[in-house]
Amino acid sequence: MGKRGRMSQEVNAGSMADIAFLLLIFFLVTTTIASDKGIMNILPPKQDPNQPPPEVELNERNIFNILINANDDLLIEGEFRNSSDGLSEEIKSFVMNFGNPDEDAVELFNSLPPSLRGLANQDPESSDHPMSGGAVISIKTNRGTGYEKYLEVLDEVKKAYFEIYGERVGLSGEEYRALTGQSAAERELMDRGKENLPMAISIAEPDKIGS
Amino acid sequence: MSKFKKKTKAETNIPTSALPDIIFMLLFFFMVTTVLREQEILVEQKIPQATQLQKIQKKTLISYLYVGQPKNTSLYGTEPRIQANDVLINTSDIVLWVNQEKDNLSEAERDQIWISLKADRDVKMGPISDIQFELREADARKLMYASVGRVENN
Repeated sequence: MGKRGRMSQEVNAGSMADIAFLLLIFFLVTTTIASDKGIMNILPPKQDPNQPPPEVELNERNIFNILINANDDLLIEGEFRNSSDGLSEEIKSFVMNFGNPDEDAVELFNSLPPSLRGLANQDPESSDHPMSGGAVISIKTNRGTGYEKYLEVLDEVKKAYFEIYGERVGLSGEEYRALTGQSAAERELMDRGKENLPMAISIAEPDKIGS
Repeated sequence: MSKFKKKTKAETNIPTSALPDIIFMLLFFFMVTTVLREQEILVEQKIPQATQLQKIQKKTLISYLYVGQPKNTSLYGTEPRIQANDVLINTSDIVLWVNQEKDNLSEAERDQIWISLKADRDVKMGPISDIQFELREADARKLMYASVGRVENN
């Protein structure tokens, strides 16, 4: 046994690397790392032509208006802007304003961590409460608006919400966003983050001028 | 000559037996991450950047729509077009296409379909909102605006 082993146990493995290299180069060239990432959006259900959409009574103060025109300029709450910097902070304080909370909203407010409670300015001109029927972010574009600008604004809105959700469960916005809901613990965190605090983003039909 | 021989005999054996293992590791990485492109993209694809990206766990649920200016402008013109599978389609064909994609899924997963909208960053909102309208008609309301990550600089 010993003698035979000493004779020729070593298989020449040097060319193995060459074969593997060839395969590696093939995959390197053909690969496109799949990027199935993006900003998620749930569209509203389709309208029944026989049934006009229900008129929802919303106070003006409960709507955060973002208008984007064909030149990619922004009109945020009636104020002209040409960049979306800092928009997410404004949305956060708009959503968490608690200007005129009802009983349920007070309960929600009391369940929030202090850092989020600190955002509540209770400005009577801003949103009543963040629950359904309360604060809504409305994005209205023009048919000539650039897709990139629209996505940039939607990105800021999403960021505001993810930060709120994250802070509720003691995570950063980034960490909350990375939750996949695959394990029960993650699902529980996700549900706790967005409970009674729906992501109310309304995307209006663009108007036709300037297309 | 003999001097040289002596030197080489001394210590030149670098152990290369681990090399294939390293290469194989790399190979497996690329084999797993690779997606062999089965279709040719006929429209421009400069995917916009964004920060708040999320991932869809089940890739089989995703269907892709490519939107952008056609690469072959002499044949298809310069207006943004929609590509589904490997052909350019019109906005009015989207409902039909969605239903075909839904048929490819199993019964239970049909209403969970995600549409990944891979739109070029130069596309205007007009065509995008037309697509969104058609998707609502087709009851495929889960939409993902495909985008690539951007490093935040604050």
